[in-house]
Amino acid sequence: MKRIGLGGKVFRAVLWVAFGLFFMFPLYAMADFSTRNLIAGGRTMQAWKNLVADEALYQAIVISLLLAVFTVVAMLLVLVPTMIWVRLRTPWAKGMVEFLCLLPLTIPALVVVVGLRNVYLWVTYFFGESALTLTFVYVVLVLPFAYRAIDAALSSIDLQTLAEAARSLGAGWPTTILRVVVPNIWSGILSAAFISIAVVLGEYTIASLSGFQTLQVQIVAIGKSDGPTSVAASLAVLLFGFVLLLILSLVTRGRRRVAADPAVPTPAPSGVSA
Amino acid sequence: MTNGVAVELNDLTRVYGSVKALDGLTLHIEPGELVALLGPSGCGKTTALRILAGLDEATSGTVSVGGRDVSNVPANKRDMGMVFQAYSLFPHLSVLDNVAFGLKMRGKAKSDRTSGAADMLDLVGLSAHKHKYASELSGGQQQRVALARALAIQPRVLLLDEPLSALDAKVRSQLRDEIRRVQLEVGTTTLFVTHDQEEALAVADRVGVMSQGRLEQLAAPADLYANPATPFVAEFVGLNNKVPAAVSSGRAQLLGTSVPTLQGSITSGSGVAMVRPESVTMSPDPAGTSTVSSVAFLGPISRVYCSLADGSVISAQMASTQARRFAPGDPVTVGVEPTGVLVVPE
Repeated sequence: MKRIGLGGKVFRAVLWVAFGLFFMFPLYAMADFSTRNLIAGGRTMQAWKNLVADEALYQAIVISLLLAVFTVVAMLLVLVPTMIWVRLRTPWAKGMVEFLCLLPLTIPALVVVVGLRNVYLWVTYFFGESALTLTFVYVVLVLPFAYRAIDAALSSIDLQTLAEAARSLGAGWPTTILRVVVPNIWSGILSAAFISIAVVLGEYTIASLSGFQTLQVQIVAIGKSDGPTSVAASLAVLLFGFVLLLILSLVTRGRRRVAADPAVPTPAPSGVSA
Repeated sequence: MTNGVAVELNDLTRVYGSVKALDGLTLHIEPGELVALLGPSGCGKTTALRILAGLDEATSGTVSVGGRDVSNVPANKRDMGMVFQAYSLFPHLSVLDNVAFGLKMRGKAKSDRTSGAADMLDLVGLSAHKHKYASELSGGQQQRVALARALAIQPRVLLLDEPLSALDAKVRSQLRDEIRRVQLEVGTTTLFVTHDQEEALAVADRVGVMSQGRLEQLAAPADLYANPATPFVAEFVGLNNKVPAAVSSGRAQLLGTSVPTLQGSITSGSGVAMVRPESVTMSPDPAGTSTVSSVAFLGPISRVYCSLADGSVISAQMASTQARRFAPGDPVTVGVEPTGVLVVPE
């Protein structure tokens, strides 16, 4: 492996610092503003306390977190078996499924809301007017990102051979999917889940136009009267997203290392030295 | 020891769109027998194996195992162990867990699973690697674990789908012998699919040569080698020299020699004799009408290629010590040993 010289190390350190400052400065500014006492001066944690003390904001946080969980669960239940089935049994349908999954990227949120109005008459008829009904829209919204993540994971394994090996050993389809395929595309599933959570926690347009009070809608509303609390909530969401991405990075890096490390020294076998 | 059951493939046909992958294949495998299906890519041998495994469906025909029609039984209920061409170990499981997987699917207790899997790993000589993962094993080791995994469930039939094709030559021949040893030890009825003639002849009780979805010939290796029934089989088992010949009274005249004809040959008139390289003789002769064109050194043996007077090329296989006598451009006289040849119409 090529060694990096002193000049290279300095250049790398400068880049790290420059990019670190570029990305950290807005976060620092948000942290600074959210802890500033705008009336009496000095520092206060009141804005951060408001995240749980303000009932409306607290409810919005709970709803957004529930939406994220429901969206991830529904997305995985729909997408993972479908994609596995399409690859194994109906590969001719792969293009169509991909097109359908990527379609939401091309449709503006405003159009989605208008288009879904009639559908939501039925949704609210059956499920009531809870903000959690946004789950249905959000599942569609996260499809492009989740599809890409799971598709990449499925492409990295020999799905057909693994599934056939499991079947020949006596596993039914549910067992094959849950015990053989899913553990081997775990990094893709995690990526899809985390990206979906980030999308749901960042979504404003559809929730606002539909009149639901999610976290993002509340942040905008609070921002009009209580800037520090609004910024504290935004920063909390950002940090939550960073933590998710960090976990994703650590998990997938660990798995990549295992997968890409066939050169682990092994003692010669007792029989054939293969 | 014979733990096997009889397998019957009856008039199997498999059509993909306009392609007929199997065209009325009928094959009977005796209990405990190892039959190799040999043929070039696309001849239908893997399709036949996959239909037997339940991983593909026949367009028509039936599959019977142990006298019971299993044509409509799903793959996971057929009780067949399979080793695939591609590495098929589950990457997230250790070697021991891989081998124990089939036992787990059968609801065996953990202690039984562990001891059963350990026994199979002993059988293939990989006990020392039981806690490793597939990514820590070589290709040969992975295929041996796959063999142990397939045998751990004590299958009624063992299916081997070109299990050696991804391995290098040395490992391939070692594992080939090991597969035969293990198969004889457990006595499971086995179907082995390969495109490698040497592999099929070395391990099988009987070899079936397939072409275009049909079984051209099914015979014991020595019989198949000595008496190929069709030109395709002859060429596939190494009779790849085509020499003009005249046939009369059950003998063929070729290269100035009279040799007996094999069953399936034309009975009279002129044709093309299919001669294997080891039956061709060659001697240095300044007055010879043939010329050595090249010499290929293959270790203990060599192949000497020679242009005949009519411009056709013939190859002779001989010990490398003998082949040293020849160099490109040397005039030689070419003959044929008096073994049987297959003579087909021109």
